[in-house]
Amino acid sequence: MALDTAMVKKDFPILHQHTGERPLVFLDSAASSQKPQSVLDAMQNYYETTHANVHRGVYAIAERATAMFEEARNKAARFIGAPATREVLFTKNVTEGINLVANAWGRANLRAGDSVLLTEIEHHANLVPWLMLKEQLGIELRYIPVGDDGQLDLSDLDRLLDGVKLVGVTALSNVLGTIPPVRRIADAAHAAGALCLADGAQYSPHMTTDVVELGVDFFGFTAHKMLGPTGIGVMWGREELLESMPPFLGGGEMIRDVRPDGFTPNELPWKFEAGTPPIAEAVGLGAAIDYLEALGMEQVRRHEVELTTYALTTLAERHGDDLTIYGPAEASQRGGVLSFAYKGIHPHDISQVLDQAGVCVRAGHHCAKPLMRRLGVGATARASFYVYNDEADVDALSEALTNTSDFFF
Amino acid sequence: MALEDLYREIILDHYRSPRNRGELQSPPARRVEGYNPLCGDEVVVFLDVDGDKVTDLKIAGQGCSISQSSASMMSAAVKGKTLAEARALIRAFKGMMSIHEHRLDGDPENGEAGEGEIAATEPEVKLGDLEALQGVVKFPVRIKCATLSWNTLQQGLDEAATT
Repeated sequence: MALDTAMVKKDFPILHQHTGERPLVFLDSAASSQKPQSVLDAMQNYYETTHANVHRGVYAIAERATAMFEEARNKAARFIGAPATREVLFTKNVTEGINLVANAWGRANLRAGDSVLLTEIEHHANLVPWLMLKEQLGIELRYIPVGDDGQLDLSDLDRLLDGVKLVGVTALSNVLGTIPPVRRIADAAHAAGALCLADGAQYSPHMTTDVVELGVDFFGFTAHKMLGPTGIGVMWGREELLESMPPFLGGGEMIRDVRPDGFTPNELPWKFEAGTPPIAEAVGLGAAIDYLEALGMEQVRRHEVELTTYALTTLAERHGDDLTIYGPAEASQRGGVLSFAYKGIHPHDISQVLDQAGVCVRAGHHCAKPLMRRLGVGATARASFYVYNDEADVDALSEALTNTSDFFF
Repeated sequence: MALEDLYREIILDHYRSPRNRGELQSPPARRVEGYNPLCGDEVVVFLDVDGDKVTDLKIAGQGCSISQSSASMMSAAVKGKTLAEARALIRAFKGMMSIHEHRLDGDPENGEAGEGEIAATEPEVKLGDLEALQGVVKFPVRIKCATLSWNTLQQGLDEAATT
């Protein structure tokens, strides 16, 4: 295996607990990952030794807090290959990041009748902000269809792009594991005079991210899916776009001057960061990046492909036609997220029985209801892998599925 | 917590062989949809009300064993009942399902779902087979599954009352 998972597991205190005799088998990292001790320690240490508000105090711990906060931004910028650190905006999560783009860029640049092109595999985070603009501004939404093989059907892309101002695409589907050709879509968008936003929530935790190579204009990712804390994410945008956009949220920190009759916004990136930011969370994100980079993002991805290959093979061997796994069939073509149907048993019931064996999987629509309708299902069960998962976890899932069948039939 | 507390045999029976499954022509039947936005479960209740009576009732839609069996048991319990009896059943059932919330409110005396409490909520009502769903309260995320069809029925009765 590309990673020594036995060593990795040791770093995650939550995985040391047991359900009866069995260790906790956590297969829901696509929803939110677990945190290594180093991330927990970094945040605890920050609160115990350094906490003060950032960009305000001149005393020593305030300066140190500011330095730690901005150092986290540097790490995040490096992690995604951002050309400039001031292009890295801290947000609450990707959802807030896309709302930022929709509201700041969208309201300044979209008029009634303008089109935004999305895909049928988007998470609600990259659907609803645009649906809100549809209601409020009268913009039109179009969708790149998904084929039965789980891949986007780009055969009609040029026609779909006609008159489009922005393309929003996930870099890795949270349901199907599909890895769309973001570069190709971004290039086509630019050729048609449109911008391209990529939702990297599921991508950056697992793949080496280079926003320049991806060729996009906006890229969002979130800490809690990549070993970091909840409450902090990043929206990266090209500098000249961010410069041209009006602020999103108003308040402290995001201003240079405030008068009774107006305000002057702060410079980048703080122009988009109203109010006291999540400082400890930024420190935690920095520690998570350190942890992932110590493992090596290429190894992280290699491990995921190995484990996904193992899962696809062994699950098919044991369960055959009783198990339907959605999305691309090749592990190298997909992320380590397996949405499945099993013997017609409802995902809620599967998840409930699996829980008795300490196996945590997600059940539901995964915040992708249009995709669920496209698949013709109300919900799926979903197992997703990360750096601490190993073949024994896949075996536990497989065994628990058999038990589920025994229980209901 | 044992799985058998949740999935009692009678529940699995209603799940495997749902009663009153299907559709009624609408109109004249009243058609009401209910959704659980958390998991995507959908239930459609078709309701024939004649005067003071629920003369027929059918259930469509899709969902987990708890939501489907609860809907099935509800259909069997409500069909042929008067509107007042149906409403009393809804109150009693939802009373049974809210026991967990009482416990969360910090009232340990109300912690166990005993028959006495159900009787206290709605003394005239016999829940019968429906009491098998009591175990659901020990699995808080599943309570919404169990109450989905009941809330939908209630919505249908409310609409029937205003039109």
